[in-house]
Amino acid sequence: MADPVKTQSKTAIWNDPTFRSIAFQVIAGVAIVWTFWALFDNTMTNMERRGITTGFAFLNETSGFGILMSLIEYDETHTYGRTFLVGLLNTLLISVLGIFAATILGFILGVARLSRNWLISKIAAVYVEILRNIPLLLQIFFWYIAVLQTLPHPRKSFNFADSFFLNARGFYVPGPVPESGFNIVLVLFFTAIIATVFIARWARKRQDLTGQQFPVFLTGFGLIIGVPVVIFFILGAPMSFDYPALKGFNFQGGITVIPELIALWLALSMYTAAFIGEIVRAGIQGVSHGQTEAAHALGIRHNPTLRLVIVPQAMRIIIPPLTSQYLNLAKNSSLATAIGYPDLVGVFMGTTLNQTGQALEIVAMTMAVYLVMSLLISAFMNWFNNRMALVER
Amino acid sequence: MRDFKALPDLAPPLVARGVIGWARENLFSTPLNSVMSLIVIYILYLTLVPIIDWVFVSSVFLGDDKTACEGITGACWAFIGNRLPIFAYGSYPAAEYWRLETCFVLLLFSFGPQFFEKFPYKLPLGIFSLTLFPVICYFLIAGGYFGLEHVETEKWGGLALTLMIAYVGIVAALPFGVVLALGRRSDMPVIRTFCIAFIELWRGVPLISVLFMSSVMLPLFLPDGMNFDKLLRALIGITMFQSAYMAEVIRGGLQAIPRGQYEAAKALGLSYWKSMSLIILPQALKLVIPGIVNTFIALFKDTTLVLIIGLLDILATVQAAITDPAWGAVATEGYVFAAACFWVFCFGMSRYSIKLEQKLHTGHKR
Amino acid sequence: MKKTFTVLGVVAAAMLATSASAGTLEDVKKRGTLSCGVSTGLPGFSIQDEKGNWTGLDVDTCRAVAAAVLADANKVRFVPLTAKERFTALQSGEIDILSRNTTWTHTRDTSLGLNFAGVNYYDGQGFLVQKALGVKSALELDGASVCIQAGTTTELNLADYFREHGMKYSAVVFDTSDQTREGFEAARCDILTSDQSQLYAIRSKLGNPGSAMVLPEVISKEPLGPVVRQGDDAWFNIVKWTLNALINADEMGVTSANAKDMSMGTNPGIKRLLGTEGDAGAKLGLSADWAMNAVIQVGNYGEMFDRNVGPKTPLAISRGLNALWNKGGILYAPPVR
Ligand SMILES: N[C@@H](CCC(=O)N[C@@H](CS)C(=O)NCC(=O)O)C(=O)O
Repeated sequence: MADPVKTQSKTAIWNDPTFRSIAFQVIAGVAIVWTFWALFDNTMTNMERRGITTGFAFLNETSGFGILMSLIEYDETHTYGRTFLVGLLNTLLISVLGIFAATILGFILGVARLSRNWLISKIAAVYVEILRNIPLLLQIFFWYIAVLQTLPHPRKSFNFADSFFLNARGFYVPGPVPESGFNIVLVLFFTAIIATVFIARWARKRQDLTGQQFPVFLTGFGLIIGVPVVIFFILGAPMSFDYPALKGFNFQGGITVIPELIALWLALSMYTAAFIGEIVRAGIQGVSHGQTEAAHALGIRHNPTLRLVIVPQAMRIIIPPLTSQYLNLAKNSSLATAIGYPDLVGVFMGTTLNQTGQALEIVAMTMAVYLVMSLLISAFMNWFNNRMALVER
Repeated sequence: MRDFKALPDLAPPLVARGVIGWARENLFSTPLNSVMSLIVIYILYLTLVPIIDWVFVSSVFLGDDKTACEGITGACWAFIGNRLPIFAYGSYPAAEYWRLETCFVLLLFSFGPQFFEKFPYKLPLGIFSLTLFPVICYFLIAGGYFGLEHVETEKWGGLALTLMIAYVGIVAALPFGVVLALGRRSDMPVIRTFCIAFIELWRGVPLISVLFMSSVMLPLFLPDGMNFDKLLRALIGITMFQSAYMAEVIRGGLQAIPRGQYEAAKALGLSYWKSMSLIILPQALKLVIPGIVNTFIALFKDTTLVLIIGLLDILATVQAAITDPAWGAVATEGYVFAAACFWVFCFGMSRYSIKLEQKLHTGHKR
Repeated sequence: MKKTFTVLGVVAAAMLATSASAGTLEDVKKRGTLSCGVSTGLPGFSIQDEKGNWTGLDVDTCRAVAAAVLADANKVRFVPLTAKERFTALQSGEIDILSRNTTWTHTRDTSLGLNFAGVNYYDGQGFLVQKALGVKSALELDGASVCIQAGTTTELNLADYFREHGMKYSAVVFDTSDQTREGFEAARCDILTSDQSQLYAIRSKLGNPGSAMVLPEVISKEPLGPVVRQGDDAWFNIVKWTLNALINADEMGVTSANAKDMSMGTNPGIKRLLGTEGDAGAKLGLSADWAMNAVIQVGNYGEMFDRNVGPKTPLAISRGLNALWNKGGILYAPPVR
């Protein structure tokens, strides 16, 4: 008896799905490779014909220009490789600062939107609707102007206790100078962090086994902050401060927070906070009301319900969109160049590119940094999602 | 037996109704709440009064130059009024404004109906607005044919340019987004890898670097002598960037279609393309319209970045105008105006997307 | 999927089809316009008025090239560029000439794939300070904040100068000259530094020009001139010789008003320049009246200078270094022969 399946498989080869799939992929693959090769080839020919220098040798050349703000030692005698690093660190700095402030503000907003107080919830709503519907670039310009126009000339600085000064050149704060013995405090601090992690693990295990709770937060707080502080004073406060003082044109000494950083920080964190506020609100609302009711029925009081039932579940909803907001913030920090904050795009893809003319290498390096950053954040998100995913029966 | 006649309901006690009752419930329910409300009201008083004064009371609305605004403490809206044509149309020749206006009206008539639930010929109009409309408008605005004067793209600007970039960006990104989303879910490893790489690459880098690349480096990638217009290059960059985001939105829709639909289509013997275009995509696209609107809002705001590569969108025209000594210090007015323009569009769109979401929402919401 | 590949295919085919290219001259002729990179707005050099018309010394240089090549000084498309974008725009072919107060330096000439076609303005870097600071010399500037434009020689000279004199500074970097000026006005910095000619232009745009002054020190040499891509010698020659023709015309007294008459005159040098004798135009691949068109439509170098930056303009700059070599300056063009 003829096997119907077999007869069917005797169709023409170009109608065979496996064959078609492979053929299609081969064609597509060739087309892709060919296109990229053509682009690459064009670029190489163009650059060669125009005599544009290629390669990464420029990274070892002396830069010859100053940068307004640097977290590592830098002056014009350093190399272009160093300018890359300076820009990168400045980008990371504004990203971290922005993420920190946006998260706090965002959570406040999210909770405020759910407040029983009509005024507070409406104000939060108005804030969110205004800020997230106005382009960030515009907000950055706005804050920059606002910051620069309200702050006085250095000679008329706002003076706080003769140690903090605020003027159009920035916010000047005393810089800590650690003295001998401070290392002990540092070591204690880091040991305490590690210890707290272990305590938290142990406490969780114990709770799983016996149901007994352990005040991890308080213990951790005491270990991480309390102990180092006490030791710090026992050692006789081994830290002095370098106070800013007006010398010549500007304040010297201490730490300077430049106005570009202030404006960018304000704009980035206020803008992103509007989105985070919505995410937090949706997260809290997304936890089914039955959960609260069930917890109450079990006799758990309001605060523990929030802490043990609502928040952990809300976090599962909140974290994925939250990470993508963090990612957006990091990418948006590249708008820094519009007001002259020396971030990666400004310092490297801007000035360095201009001085060396090596657009291809520099743009590729800049893009790669952002790409790596976003891949890292996505990787974290996937890991987190897998960990948190509800194990459904 | 006497008829029982209920007395009319008494009104609720005074403290539970009207403004007082409402305030009691919503503002002063607990002591803590009351304190917070009072603080907030005070802060609002401190901020809103000067703002209202600046915007409406002490401001000047009419005038042709700086003298109109001398000595006032409020906003100089006369400046905005005076520069309105430039903010709206950039340096497009004034005699040809009608061409931009025609396009705008066409847009209202073809795309506007999409916001209404029921409207005659909604579908054909929608298709028109996504296909023929951009082409017609390109010829109308650029000119050079049918006796229309040619207007170079350097002269395009202002709000018109902003709208144009956003519209083209979204319309052009749609087909690419669909293809990429399908590719990302394909069984063929080569296609899938390519699509994933493409999407993640564009989503991972800031738009400003994409714009920079397309504005100054694109010609380097192309054969010598092949060169397109700067605006077109920016549009290419924006479209690539946007299609990656669009692909992710559409993928969400594809994932939301139950397996049964795919299997049913297969069972009917439909080919891949048929089952996609007839069964899956229509459902998936409908599901993700709110998401598309949201990416559109994001794109609309992002169009401001084109000023960094020297295209004169509305923000750039405003910036140029506020540095003009002819009007003195009007920076705040300029930025507030630009912000208001963006806000109106974005807020309107976001309301629309929320409405749609509610309409399409079939899940179980508390 | 199919769609993408069709598109890719078309793009790729287009790439191969056009990859055989002609030179810039042919491209410009075919296009009918010259694409010229200028600044985003610098009075006297390149600035756009409300109606969108460009004026300035750098603008006129491009117009002269357009007149020489296309016989029409108005067939120029001006592309405003920040200092940061300019070289990439030229390298990539976005523009045919960069005429944007650009300093001729060794690095730029040798490693950016560029060629400088000459000098149309000899400049030097200076400082603009608020009078209220009471500073009289650049040597008193230790510790100052300096507003500066990104991607310029200015940025490098500044670093050198302060290092040489053992002084410290902090550089506040902006993208455009408008932003730089606004930073200066908002007291973001104590001094603004740029090429001296531009300082006067910037000062004229200040809210209160009298509040600031230019310090006497000139800390660098800034020969500014038009730039073209390397590797297209024919085009390089055209730009170089158009500039030389403008300077020679100035030296020989040929102006936009008298060029027609002088071309009929007896001076063989002038006749060679204006194309009534010899084949100077043909050797450049241009028509015989190339220089005549440039001079008639734009004027000679002296006319350009007077119209845009000279004593009768708001900038009020005297010829100084930019006078002809036989009039106390250093402007010296090789002869047309
Ligand atoms: N000669 C300098 C150029 C200096 C420069 O760009 N100066 C600024 C003045 S602060 C300028 O021209 N800006 C005009 C603009 O931003 O378009 C160089 O070649 O690096």
